[in-house]
Amino acid sequence: MALNRKIAYIDLDAETVKLEPIPPQWRRKFIGGRGMDAYLLYTNTPRGCDPLGPDNALIISAGILGGTLASSASRTHIAAKSPLTNLFGSASMGGFFAPEMRWAGIDHFVIHGKANRPVYIYAHDGEVEIRDADNFWGAGVYDTQAIIRRELGDEETQILCIGQAGENLVRFAAVMTGRKDAGSRTGLGAVLGSKNLKAVACRGTMEIEISYPEKALEYNKEVIDQVISSKATQSMQRWGTNFMFGITNSTGLTRTRNFQYNQLPNSEDLEAENLDNYSIGMDACFGCQVHCRHRYVIKAGEYAGTYALGPDYTGQGAFGAEVGCRSMETVLVCNHLVNDYGIDTLEAGSMIAWAMELYEKEIITDKDTRGIKMDWGNDKAVIEMIKQIAFRKGFGDILADGPLPAARRLGADSVKYLMHIKGMSNLNTDERAAPALALSIAVSSRGSDHLRGMPVIDLYNLPMESLERIYRHPDGYGGPLTSNFSEYRGKPRMVVWQELCYMAVESLGVCKYHTVFLSPNHPAFTEFSKLIKLNTGMEFSEMDLWNCANRCYTIERLFNLREGMTRADDMLPDRYFDESTKLGLPVARGKCIDRDRFEAMLDEYYHLHEWDEAGIPTPELLARLDISDLWPPENN
Amino acid sequence: MGKKIMIVDPQKCTGCRNCELVCSVRHNGVSNPALARIHIVKWDNERFYMPMRCQHCKDAPCMIVCPKDAIYHDEEMDSVRINHDLCIGCKMCVSACPFGAMGWNPMRGRVFKCDLCHGDPQCVRFCDTKAVDYVETSRLCCDRMREVAENYAELTRRYPR
Repeated sequence: MALNRKIAYIDLDAETVKLEPIPPQWRRKFIGGRGMDAYLLYTNTPRGCDPLGPDNALIISAGILGGTLASSASRTHIAAKSPLTNLFGSASMGGFFAPEMRWAGIDHFVIHGKANRPVYIYAHDGEVEIRDADNFWGAGVYDTQAIIRRELGDEETQILCIGQAGENLVRFAAVMTGRKDAGSRTGLGAVLGSKNLKAVACRGTMEIEISYPEKALEYNKEVIDQVISSKATQSMQRWGTNFMFGITNSTGLTRTRNFQYNQLPNSEDLEAENLDNYSIGMDACFGCQVHCRHRYVIKAGEYAGTYALGPDYTGQGAFGAEVGCRSMETVLVCNHLVNDYGIDTLEAGSMIAWAMELYEKEIITDKDTRGIKMDWGNDKAVIEMIKQIAFRKGFGDILADGPLPAARRLGADSVKYLMHIKGMSNLNTDERAAPALALSIAVSSRGSDHLRGMPVIDLYNLPMESLERIYRHPDGYGGPLTSNFSEYRGKPRMVVWQELCYMAVESLGVCKYHTVFLSPNHPAFTEFSKLIKLNTGMEFSEMDLWNCANRCYTIERLFNLREGMTRADDMLPDRYFDESTKLGLPVARGKCIDRDRFEAMLDEYYHLHEWDEAGIPTPELLARLDISDLWPPENN
Repeated sequence: MGKKIMIVDPQKCTGCRNCELVCSVRHNGVSNPALARIHIVKWDNERFYMPMRCQHCKDAPCMIVCPKDAIYHDEEMDSVRINHDLCIGCKMCVSACPFGAMGWNPMRGRVFKCDLCHGDPQCVRFCDTKAVDYVETSRLCCDRMREVAENYAELTRRYPR
């Protein structure tokens, strides 16, 4: 059945593998996927450990619904202490790895130690072995997967791996599956690199029993129809997430020239419609009818003829608006490079944009960059820096350290131009006009990020009835809610709700495009409850799921607090408060975040989470969630 | 109404393998692509995905090779069917199928292949892009012709005479 998958505890020092069942009470408390990973990381990683040392536990998981009839039950989640933030490291990726893990009999890998030579892990039909990776250490992501498949003589094998960036301990290296699916935030690729672990390969033919097959099949169809009937999905089916660029850029919600502007004028070439000139069809993750990414071939230049997948909205931002480049060709090349080297798109674009502002302000010069002209819109410099970062060459070696260590190497003047939260760079959007969105990136448990608790639908100025239907459910929240995205009132609730909703969906192992992320009409707790019941037979009421998500999100918080995070880290960069937006529509122009009102939002956000003023979960909350044994950390 | 056949259009296939999943659940009550009657053959590094399943051949090698006449042609559905009461599990059909579409389920000790879900193929029902489709033969050519002709139509829209 879907619940009899194992946890594989692997020690790379001793080269031992231990398979253990998942205790039923863990299922009830942490569900699976990201939720269970939070618990496993908290209990398997010692406080204050070196993220790139052998004590750091690397956890790879599938959700409780992975490979079942849940519509896009495709997500693989990875967790470890982050080498980028030194806090909770976590990333989720699509593709086909998670279902294959489950058909191979494994739900979680918990990997400790450091191999004495390059290795990869191979799990197949309930067996796990450690194999040599000497002959392809140094290969990129595409080649690594092709070589492993050839070595195993099985083209159906699914592989999660690192490229050169992970091997070179780039602190924002990605973990990749397939040609594009990236678990890239918080730099966990470097954790694999530090363990000499090149890849994990899975292949399985073990069945996952579906508890109510006929009903699950019919309900799957209902959920698919619900998801593909929304305008957001239909836009993604046609243009990918890239459809958003035209909207956010014309409104003035796009981060440009590091953080100097909020719109990139004359950027028609970057618009989603232009992808039609390169796209040869859409591509999907396992079981997904949204198929949100393009398959494309680069037409000209050094990489002519290269086939790649993507780019997403983040690529348009990272290699377009942020660095002031206006060429889709550049975005396509950069997207291919970061995928093959295994680098976080967002972090790479942000680091390069930061360096460009430093160059413009003459805080760094040609001497620092070794002659590379870091001018806005210098496409060649962007491409060159991606290569240098991956191989830690020249100036790229500094950028490869991530925001705070790089700033330490470049001097105190450089720090104020860093656009980071908790040591992770901001994404490619500008939230100064939207307080709810700004709060969500400030408090995110993995540092600045849009995938932790961002209430994107707040931008739609939805009718109050829609907001009430979503945000008062399932716990009967009775406080304020507001529709206007310029407001501060009622927004903390939206952020808390989204945080728990995303935690739930990632514990299920389902993609966020199948919940309330880009559309208010997508599935949420009600549908999740039914999906778990029909596929696994387990009963989770909507409130059970809400409480589990709350428990797991609280554990992520506890992990960060244990590593020394404080309220001061739940803060936006100063420029959000001190510099007003200069461009865009009236709703987005001349805006900045009000510091006092932001602090008030933060207070309310803590209050809603039942955390005290310092952001520490109250003993009452921990007792109610039945995790009092985890805090204070001296007990561990 | 004309008879229907299954067709595939690899250009429309997004490679999601939902067809494998729903097929396996529909026929076995479990998620396991190894038991699915359809499979997406992928060349991940070469941008090509091809849905493969029983072609329901007119002159089916599995049918010819079967020593017990357990495989027969269903006139009504225009499909190749298996009579499991006559099947002795010799697996000759597995070897004979030129498409690899005949599977063997060791747990149940029997061969399996696409049965068109008795007229309502779930792979087709769940495929949003209709990379696998079940269409009336009389309409088959029209649809494909219209799709291809659309390119020409677009040209005339852009450059009217």
